[in-house]
Amino acid sequence: MTAPEYIYIKKRSEFGKRAYFSDRNEIELDVRPQRELAHDFIRIDPASKYTQTEKIIALHEVNTTTATFQNRGMLHTEGGWPKDINKDDIEQTVRYRRKLEKDEFFVHTMLQLMTPMEHCVLQNNACNIYEQYFQDIEPRPLVQQTVSRTVNVYRDPLPTKRPVTHISWSPDGQRMAASHCSTDFKRASANYSTISYIWEVENPNKPWAKLKPFCPLLALEYNPKDSNILASGLTTGQVAFWDVRRGSELIEASSVEHSHRDPCDKLLWIASKTGTEFFSASKDGQIKWWDTRKLHAPIETIAMDLTQPDEQSLDRAIGVSSLQFEPSMGTRFMCGLENGWVISGNRKGKTPQEKLMVRFKAQYGPVISVERNPTFPKNFLTVGDWTARIWSEDCRESCILWTPSHDVLLTNGMWSPTRFSTFFLTKANGTLDVWDIIVQKDTPVLSIKVCDEPLTCLRPHEQGALVATGGKNGSVYLLEFSENLTVNQKNDKLLFTAPLQRFEINSYFCLSHSRICPCFIYNNTIFFATIKLPPTPIRVQIEAYANTVSSRYEAAAKRPKRYRIDCAGIHTANTSKLPVVEIQE
Amino acid sequence: MAQEVEETMKRIQSHRGVIGTIVVNSEGIPIKSTMDNATTIQYAGLISQLSDKARSIIRDLDPTNDLTFLRLRSKKHEIMVAPDKEFILIVVQNPID
Repeated sequence: MTAPEYIYIKKRSEFGKRAYFSDRNEIELDVRPQRELAHDFIRIDPASKYTQTEKIIALHEVNTTTATFQNRGMLHTEGGWPKDINKDDIEQTVRYRRKLEKDEFFVHTMLQLMTPMEHCVLQNNACNIYEQYFQDIEPRPLVQQTVSRTVNVYRDPLPTKRPVTHISWSPDGQRMAASHCSTDFKRASANYSTISYIWEVENPNKPWAKLKPFCPLLALEYNPKDSNILASGLTTGQVAFWDVRRGSELIEASSVEHSHRDPCDKLLWIASKTGTEFFSASKDGQIKWWDTRKLHAPIETIAMDLTQPDEQSLDRAIGVSSLQFEPSMGTRFMCGLENGWVISGNRKGKTPQEKLMVRFKAQYGPVISVERNPTFPKNFLTVGDWTARIWSEDCRESCILWTPSHDVLLTNGMWSPTRFSTFFLTKANGTLDVWDIIVQKDTPVLSIKVCDEPLTCLRPHEQGALVATGGKNGSVYLLEFSENLTVNQKNDKLLFTAPLQRFEINSYFCLSHSRICPCFIYNNTIFFATIKLPPTPIRVQIEAYANTVSSRYEAAAKRPKRYRIDCAGIHTANTSKLPVVEIQE
Repeated sequence: MAQEVEETMKRIQSHRGVIGTIVVNSEGIPIKSTMDNATTIQYAGLISQLSDKARSIIRDLDPTNDLTFLRLRSKKHEIMVAPDKEFILIVVQNPID
């Protein structure tokens, strides 16, 4: 049976005309329902195909011919005179004008128009209605509200959700790589997928690319110079590198025997000429430097053996729980250890002892995050146990600022890349805290409940406004912050450095009050005296210190042997015992 | 009557800040003016067009409405236009002395 087909022909001129319908007793096709066919009917659910009885009419777009427009000016000269009057002939025009003036209608209209006109003229003279008040006052910037907004949520498309372990932004800022891995290694036998994703920031519905390694990724880091290359740390302790142009399989992985003995969860690229070097750390207490061109074995390995560094015993090595690299500081690196110490290392050291010289007792638990301030690399942030602390490299004894203890564990912390006084903390109750040291030092300026599950990691975008944070539920949340949390104001540099310096000096006072303090303050100036004899005072001028110096010492400051330093007005851990300064001559 | 018109115009002209007074007819011909010829012609031509346009705007927005007065504020002075069917009265004033 051929399908009934009719061709309707219609002239162009008849398009759009009303159709006239009329009754006609005619059957063109009669298909009766066949009940026995209903038994064969199978309902498909879900239906993946669709049917359409009507013909599909496609929508076309056609460019119309462009109309060109032109702007022209017009010069108006004198005109509008009656035909018989020559406008250049003064006599004629004057006569015509006089004729119009004599007109009764003219007089009448004029008298009518004059009254409102005079009113306006007088009004203008009476008061200047367009006067600008307060013109000499400079407009102050508006007080902005500190707000945030969740821009996108990138959910793990798989049914079994795996926590996000690491987020990395591509250097162009268009994409971010998120590694997913169940960190509950005891139940690793469960059927967890190994896939990690690269998301396009604009599209949260579908990952831009999937990376399919042979075992789950714990860290996935974009090469800062090439947005196609990624390096990753695997649960087997190996490191691998990826090229997204080459598909979803990894390019090369390091050999097991030369790799970490525990899952490799920290990995960072370092600044090298070729842009192919990175270093990785793991809970086995080793830091290894790699080159993607020969990934088989590391270029260099160092074990975190703190007691006898030169022996490099892996038994004594302490697990590395965080890693930091600052491109502007070349060979220097920082790592936080599981026993709460932070090591500021230098690759250039001749022996491991030298390489691991600078140590800070930072936290009570593992140091989860250690990060240098992007603007002031001397100051760094450590996150561990329940507090975040800000340190100065010059002051090894104590941190210079710390947050109050939170009631939940902190999971990560990072500085804002643009505003130097702002840092972000993620907590185990799913909130993200934003701290601004300039605004307030005791509570976060903003605390956002991102999700119900713990947040695991955090990564701010290079331009500062966007922050990606990953949760244990396998979702990556992209948050956007208001301008006052991303942009530095005019005086912020001073406002930021002054308290830090003050705290630095202050903690120095606190620590040295038991011995002879080699510094004193007079006339808002801090003098550091060396203990060597004869003392050679070095002057260090500190601004914004005026309120801490008590003026009553000015009178006694002729040639005193002893100063008492008043620490009132400064936040100190111990202000009850005032340091006594003795200057020997 | 014509005397009265003359006097009123003089009075307006004598007010503080008034630069000039022009009367234009519906054809755009300046009938009376206290300004020089070139300026007068320019004002007459441009303002009569503008007031026609302004009137048509008012009428388009609401056909029962009509334009009664037009004030143009500029950096240097204010042009006040009192339009009528046949004639337009223009006063240029510098209000900030």
